[in-house]
Amino acid sequence: MKLTLRVWRQKNADADGAMSTYQVDGISSDMSFLEMLDTLNEELILKGEDPVAFDHDCREGICGACSLVINGDAHGPERTTTCQLHMRSFQDGDTIDIEPWRASAFPVVKDLVVDRSAFDRIIQAGGYITAPTGAAPEAHATPVPKPDADLAFEHAECIGCGACVAACPNGAAMLFTSAKVNHLNVLPQGAPERETRVLDMVGQMDAEGFGGCTLTGECATACPKGIPLVSITSMNKEWLRATRKVAKK
Amino acid sequence: MTTYADYTTGEPVADTKAPAGPVNERWDTRRFEAKLVNPANRRGKTVIVVGTGLAGGSAGATLAEQGYHVVQFCYQDSPRRAHSIAAQGGINAAKNYRNDGDSIHRLFYDTVKGGDFRSRESNVHRLAQISVEIIDQCVAQGVPFAREYGGLLDTRSFGGVQVSRTFYARGQTGQQLLLGAYQALSRQIAAGTIEMHARTEMLDLIVVDGRARGIVARDLITGKIDTYYADAVVLASGGYGNVFYLSTNAMNSNATAVWRAHRRGAYFANPCFTQIHPTCIPRTGEHQSKLTLMSESLRNDGRIWVPKAKGDDRPANKIPEDERDYYLERIYPSFGNLVPRDIASRAAKNVCDEGRGVGPGGQGVYLDFADAIKRMGRKAVEAKYGNLFDMYQRITDEDPYEVPMRIYPAVHYTMGGLWVDYDLQTTVPGLFAIGEANFSDHGANRLGASALMQGLADGYFVLPATINDYLARNPLGDDVDDDHPVVQEVLAETEDRLNLLLSVDGDRTPDSFHRELGELMWEFCGMARTDSGLRKALERIPQIREEFWRRIKVPGTGEEFNQSLEKANRIVDYLELAELMCLDALHRAESCGGHFREESQTPDGEAARKDDEFGYAAAWEFTGTGEAPTLHKEDLVFEYVHPTQRSYA
Repeated sequence: MKLTLRVWRQKNADADGAMSTYQVDGISSDMSFLEMLDTLNEELILKGEDPVAFDHDCREGICGACSLVINGDAHGPERTTTCQLHMRSFQDGDTIDIEPWRASAFPVVKDLVVDRSAFDRIIQAGGYITAPTGAAPEAHATPVPKPDADLAFEHAECIGCGACVAACPNGAAMLFTSAKVNHLNVLPQGAPERETRVLDMVGQMDAEGFGGCTLTGECATACPKGIPLVSITSMNKEWLRATRKVAKK
Repeated sequence: MTTYADYTTGEPVADTKAPAGPVNERWDTRRFEAKLVNPANRRGKTVIVVGTGLAGGSAGATLAEQGYHVVQFCYQDSPRRAHSIAAQGGINAAKNYRNDGDSIHRLFYDTVKGGDFRSRESNVHRLAQISVEIIDQCVAQGVPFAREYGGLLDTRSFGGVQVSRTFYARGQTGQQLLLGAYQALSRQIAAGTIEMHARTEMLDLIVVDGRARGIVARDLITGKIDTYYADAVVLASGGYGNVFYLSTNAMNSNATAVWRAHRRGAYFANPCFTQIHPTCIPRTGEHQSKLTLMSESLRNDGRIWVPKAKGDDRPANKIPEDERDYYLERIYPSFGNLVPRDIASRAAKNVCDEGRGVGPGGQGVYLDFADAIKRMGRKAVEAKYGNLFDMYQRITDEDPYEVPMRIYPAVHYTMGGLWVDYDLQTTVPGLFAIGEANFSDHGANRLGASALMQGLADGYFVLPATINDYLARNPLGDDVDDDHPVVQEVLAETEDRLNLLLSVDGDRTPDSFHRELGELMWEFCGMARTDSGLRKALERIPQIREEFWRRIKVPGTGEEFNQSLEKANRIVDYLELAELMCLDALHRAESCGGHFREESQTPDGEAARKDDEFGYAAAWEFTGTGEAPTLHKEDLVFEYVHPTQRSYA
C-alpha cells in the first residue's frame, strides 16, 4: 500500500504545532498502525529528520499508552486501541490524518504525545480501597455475588488510555472516572469508602479542567474496552446519593 | 590472547540469609531474626524503587504504608502501564479451595520440579507459603477475580500441574492485579509518602563505599539528568527478554537498570535461562515489531496438532481426523496439552523442523477448539476465552471459532536476573532486586501463573520484611551529594555515553541494530543451543557492538523528548548483556528447563540435566566491557525435593 500521512508535529509543549505531510510506501495490510508509523520513522531517521513521537508500549491493547486520533476518531475506525488497529482497515492510496488526543486537560508533550497525569490524580483522589498490606481477611470471608463481581470487572477493564476524553466534544472525563467509581463501589470491599470515593474523584476531575458531561455518548463509542455509557448515569446516582448522605450528617 | 569466553572461576557465593531448620519454618525464623526499624525512625529513611509493575508497585505501596519515604520511578507516562499489566492467565495460590489435593508443599514441589531443579528450595517454599496471603490481599483491594455463582472464587488449572490452583480475572489477571497495586500506590502518593517520578528512566547506580546510595535518572520529557539519593535502592525493573528484539515484552521494557547495576558490582545469575512461551501468534513479516502471547490457559481446552504428513498445505478443516498428529497428547499422555512451557515449545519447534508446521513459512502449529465447542458449547467457550479469541481475530483476521488458531513459541520471560540472597539483596549491599529483575525462584523454567505470584510475594511481603533488617543494621555514614567524586564520575559517564550516541551521526537506525542482535540471539541462543552456535554468536556480538558505535544514527538532542536516544541507549546495554547470555549458555553444557543444549539430550530427545556438574546457580561478576567475566557458583542443595529426570509422560 502507498499512503499519504498528515501528522501533527509539535516540538514541545510551548511550541506551536502544525500538520506535516509524508508519503509511505510498501505498507502491508498485516502491519499494525504503529508498525506503519515505525516504517515512517525509520525513513525519517535515515534522512536526518526528527522521527514522529508517539506513546506506545505493550502493543497488545492493554497498557493504554497508545493514543492517536486517526481521521478524527480516537484510536481510528475500529473499536480497538491504536496498537491493535491493522492496516487492512485502510485502502491503498488513502490519506490519513494523525493527531494527538485533543483536550485542555491533556496538554501536548511533543507531536502525538500528551500528558495524561490528570487521570493519575483522579485515582489518587479516591480510586482505591484502603487495605494496607497484611491487614486482609481470608479471601472467602466475604462472598461476592457473581453478577456484582462481573459488573465490577466490566468497569475495571478500563485501560486509562483517555480515548473517552479525546472523543468527547466537551473534553469530559466522566467515563474514565465512572469506570473506577463503579468498579469499586459495586464491591462489598469498597462500601466503607463509597461516598467519599465518588465525591473526591468527581471533585478532582472537575479541578483538572475536564469539561462537563452532556451525555452525547461519544466516549462509550470510542472506548476500546467497551465501558458502557450507563456507567456515567450510575456514577451520577452514586454522587447524588453521596451528597445527600453527607448533607444529612 | 584471552577472549570473552575464557572466563575465570572465583569464590563460590552463598545465600547467607536463609536460616537453617525445617523448610516450612525458615521464613518465620528469618522474619523474627530480622531487626526492625522503629516506626518513628522510618520517616527519615528513603528507599528508591525503580519500576511500578507488580513487584515495584506492591513494594512501593507497602514500604510507604510502613512509614518509609519512598522515591519511585517508571519510564511510562503513568505507573499504571507497567508490563505486568499484559499478563493474561492467572496467579497461583495454594488455597486448596477445590479440595483437589493441593497444599503449600505441593505448590513448592511443583515449582521446584517445574524449574528443573535449578532453584533454591528455601525461596520457593517461602513463595508457596506467601501465595495464599496474596489472594487475600488482592481481594481486599477489590481485585475482581472470577467467581462462582455462590460468590466464592473460581480457579482453573495451568500447565505443568495437576491441580486447579490458578485464580484469574478473565484473560486480564495481570491488569487487575497491577491496577490493585497501582491503586495502593496512588493512595500513598496522595498521602505524600511516595514521591513518584513517571517518564523518568534510571540510567545508572550510585555505589559509594561499597553500598548502593542512589541512582542517576533522566527525565524523558526535558532530557535532564538528575541524581537521587537513598538509604537503599530496590530494582523492580523487569526482565530482559527484549534482548531478542521480538518478544512478548512491551516495546520499552529494557535491561538498563539491571545491567548498569551489574556493571557496578551486582552479580548476574543464570542469564541464559530464558522462557520461550509456546502459545504466541506467529509473526507475519519483516515489519513485525513485537509478538503477542495467547494465554497458556487456552491449552486447557484447545488441542494442539499438526498434519501427520510433511508439507500438507490443505486448510485445517480439510485434514481428516486420522491424518492429524496431536503430538503432545501422543508423546505425553498424562499431561497432554498441559505439559510445562519449555516442553511444549520445544515440541512445536521439533514438528516444524520436521516440515510439518502450518501457516506462512511453516512456523506454526494448530491450537484447535472444535472439540471444546462441541463439548461445552460456543457460549461457554466465549465466556472463558472470549477476549483472547477477539484479540486473535483482530491481529490475524481469522475467526478462531471457525478455523483453528495458529501458534508458535516466542520469548516471553527471563528466569535469570540479578543474583539475590534470601533477603532479595544483591551482592551490592543496599541494592535489592525483586520480581522478574532478580534470578528468582523459577530455576530454569517458570510455571504458568507463577510470575504474578512471585512479583507480588516479593513486593507485598518479602522485601518489606527483609529491607528493615538492612536499614536497621547498617546506619549510613555521611550524606552523599553531587559533589562526591563517585557521583561526579557516574554523572560524567552517563552524559558522555548519551553525547557519544548523539554525535556518531552514522547511517543505521537504532532499530536496525536491535533487530540484527535479536535475530542472532534467536538463532543461536533461542530454543535450542549448541557449542558451535554459541561460539559463533560470541564472535559476532563484539563485531555488532563495534559497528554500532561507528554507524549509529540518533537524531535530535539530549535536552528534549527523544525516543530514538532512549532506544539507542538501551541497545548499548543489550549488546553487552547478550554476550553474557551466550557465555552462560555455552558454559552450561547441560540441558535444563528452558535451556536446551543439543549435545545434552536423552535418547528420546528430552532435556538431559547433569546435576553433578551443573547443580548450581551461575552468578557472573562484571570485569569490563568485552572482558572475560568471573563465575561464582552457588551450589544448590535439595533436601526435600530430590532431583529426578522430569517426566510428564
